[in-house]
Amino acid sequence: MDSSDVNDRRLERLAMAETFDPRLWAQHMTSSAHGGFIGMRYRDHGDIWIELEFDWRADLVGDPETGVLASGPIISLLDNATSMSVWTRLGKFRPQVTLDLRIDYTRAASPGKPIVARAECYQLRRSMAFVRGIAHDGDISDPVAHAAGIFLAVDGPEWIK
Amino acid sequence: MTSTDLPPYARAMGMAIVGTDNGSPVIAMDFAPRAMGRPGFLHGGAIGGVLEMAGFAALAAELERQGNPARIKPINISTEYLRSGLPETIYARGEVVRAGRRVANVRIEAWQADRDRPVASCWMNFQLKTP
Repeated sequence: MDSSDVNDRRLERLAMAETFDPRLWAQHMTSSAHGGFIGMRYRDHGDIWIELEFDWRADLVGDPETGVLASGPIISLLDNATSMSVWTRLGKFRPQVTLDLRIDYTRAASPGKPIVARAECYQLRRSMAFVRGIAHDGDISDPVAHAAGIFLAVDGPEWIK
Repeated sequence: MTSTDLPPYARAMGMAIVGTDNGSPVIAMDFAPRAMGRPGFLHGGAIGGVLEMAGFAALAAELERQGNPARIKPINISTEYLRSGLPETIYARGEVVRAGRRVANVRIEAWQADRDRPVASCWMNFQLKTP
């Protein structure tokens, strides 16, 4: 059995759990695959919100002249954080896919600083969840990006191949 | 970036320019675990990253044709995820709708084996800064 099988089984266990543990889920989601590549980490969570972060890294840069991060990793962080905010609010995992995600880049991220995303599920319905999030590099009142999106609930078999 | 030179993030994710279609570079990214989200599928952020790179490249190519030396900065992106991204190569190409003096609007589409079945599409707005 290779490590990806072990990861898949751990994910299955987390998905079947009666309650949603944001810290455990984030540890899993960020230990391999794309979250692992970006270096995402769990930071904090509340009733309907969660915070994830990742460190600045040279190979995540979008503009080599300035050292400013590419926006791709920021999309990934906001996608994961907004997605997890739904399960945080629900208190349970529910399979879902991203229907749409809009991101406004409000300023360039400062080179060298970690990026924090704080995301919340502001409306939860049976078939979909409405989310928003802010990415910043130390001061949430001076954000680098703002996100709004919708997740669509799907059947379990559609979710995991 | 220029229309032929990808930044470190794109190279680290395995993106490459594999051709040009009607004046816009086509970006490809081979599947690898570093691009995977839920098991067996591409991560929405990785798909967004490919879309954005195709948007930048399309706009850079258009500005080069115009002889416009402006630097480009993304203002925003709005992505619709149309189908699940499969563990195989993904392609993206942008179309510059308008490149004005201060702002440019670009539409981008991503697809996999079948170009007529897009995986995701988005629009992006860019700020143009003339040096």
